[in-house]
Amino acid sequence: MEQFIYDLSQPGRRGVDLPDPDVPETPIPQDLLREDLPLPEVSEQQVVRHYVRLSQKNYAVDIGFYPLGSCTMKYNPKVNERAARLPGFADIHPLQDPATVQGAMQLMYELQEMLGEIAGFDAVSLQPSAGAHGELTGVLIMRAAQIARGQGHRTKILVPDSAHGTNPASTTMSGLEVVELPSDANGNVDLEALRAALDDTVVGLMITNPSTLGLFEQHIVEVCELVHEAGGLVYGDGANLNAIMGICRPGDLGIDVMHFNLHKTFSTPHGGGGPGSGPVGVVAELAPYLPGPLVALDEDKGYHWVWPEKSIGRVRSFHGNFGVMVRAYTYIRMHGAEGLRRVSEDAVLNANYLQALVRERGDYPIPHGDRTCMHEVIIQGKLKGAEDIHTLDIAKRLIDYGFHPPTIYFPLIVPEALMIEPTETESKETIEAFVDALTAIAQEARTQPELLHEAPHAAPVRRLDEVKAARQPVLVRKPA
Amino acid sequence: MSYKFDSDARYTENDEWARLEDDLVVCGITDYAQDQLSDVVYVELPEVGATVSAGDAVAVVESVKAAADVYAPVSGEIVAVNEALEDSPELVNEDPFGAAWFFKIAPSNLSELDELMDQAAYETYIEEREEG
Repeated sequence: MEQFIYDLSQPGRRGVDLPDPDVPETPIPQDLLREDLPLPEVSEQQVVRHYVRLSQKNYAVDIGFYPLGSCTMKYNPKVNERAARLPGFADIHPLQDPATVQGAMQLMYELQEMLGEIAGFDAVSLQPSAGAHGELTGVLIMRAAQIARGQGHRTKILVPDSAHGTNPASTTMSGLEVVELPSDANGNVDLEALRAALDDTVVGLMITNPSTLGLFEQHIVEVCELVHEAGGLVYGDGANLNAIMGICRPGDLGIDVMHFNLHKTFSTPHGGGGPGSGPVGVVAELAPYLPGPLVALDEDKGYHWVWPEKSIGRVRSFHGNFGVMVRAYTYIRMHGAEGLRRVSEDAVLNANYLQALVRERGDYPIPHGDRTCMHEVIIQGKLKGAEDIHTLDIAKRLIDYGFHPPTIYFPLIVPEALMIEPTETESKETIEAFVDALTAIAQEARTQPELLHEAPHAAPVRRLDEVKAARQPVLVRKPA
Repeated sequence: MSYKFDSDARYTENDEWARLEDDLVVCGITDYAQDQLSDVVYVELPEVGATVSAGDAVAVVESVKAAADVYAPVSGEIVAVNEALEDSPELVNEDPFGAAWFFKIAPSNLSELDELMDQAAYETYIEEREEG
């Protein structure tokens, strides 16, 4: 086990020698001094070794296949990092006079425009910090627009059961009430249930398309029309945008507001590797409610900050996660319009190749295996002849084969789900090796089930006790 | 898979059970539900005195795999909740029909109970889903 950095601490040890101050010292006010703030006292080398060792225990998309469904763990091109470290982007402060940061503001302006073009929206705010933050922002915008329409009595948000799990949470956070809609036998929104739920208490619908079943919502246009006819608005969860770029635009399908996950679709590090960014795009009617400030351009003022006239207000300090925007911008410019379409085509092709291989081998049921999947495919860890093996065991065993497990037990509507998203950046050979591992594990499940029950065997730690961690969490380090 | 049932109870499509005891409807989640959820780590109970309608989400049960709403099987007033579940959520896995009752409702319309599934109908309902 790696020690905590606090356990490496020795009184008086220092990592840096600061020069004597060349200005008079100003004492810190007595009432702000505290003695109960222990910081680890370690050398620079100790710090470096500690974190390098920890990083070597970690698994990352730069080490191997990371098919975590709905997280779009694509390769993050290193040129993004180079762009983000340019001094004009890295060494600036958000309180600087706009005249001195025109390049950074140009990048933000162009990113607003490009995201609007990609998804078919009239205006975009780059403020939200991540996907769920974008969802909350979007729901607050919908609510504000309904109040402006004189429809403040509307309090319900419809959420299909194939939506992302954050959608009900975002609705609840915004003070509105969730009404769940069932899926039909083909994995689409049940239109009859939708019609029955639509009345003048509905603020709108939150839909994830492609859905968490990895399927394109076949009635998406009709769904949006029904909601609009009932006076509602449609929120699109953009987490699965990687499947449809350059092929169709959510704004054109009838979606009124959507968040982008720059850290998924546009290749910025996430999952412990960096912050997210969840810009929100809207149709013209909703543009006045966007959180500010936005970047605008005119001949006199150049790039400058503006506040939408009926803005819901700030949702974040300063201007969002700017470093993430630089990486996403770089990615979009490196690909261009045709390249982004190719990204989506290859993402869908890879997922379908994986689905076809799994179907051919016949070990794992595929609930909607008769349909062309989008960028991800849902299979089930229900193996014939190995009824005491569960999806969790299969996922843990995949670690021994050198793969990060897929998302498991989600979507909730598919028992024993494994949600696999290969992304466009994986090779044919990698996908085949992953399916070979699934097949080998299915065989082991029947002949050596204990191998699965006790997995992982090859990881830095063995099977963690998730139940104990949840029931009796230890949230504060106990000194050694 | 074989699951435990309670022949005295009625069942909802959301896998709650409801049982009449001394004019009160005692409610919990079924053995099938706890098996699907796996190890339960947290239970959130309704407030005593709350008026609920059949089908209202009134409690939450959380496992290492998922969080799920628990719905009121019948309409009425919540007159008691099982606070033992807050400290010992594992009871839901160990004794879903007994020690792990969630809440008791003073029913406003007892005929709602008769509209729920009996054990045989619920068993069929589970089998259909297992095959589906």
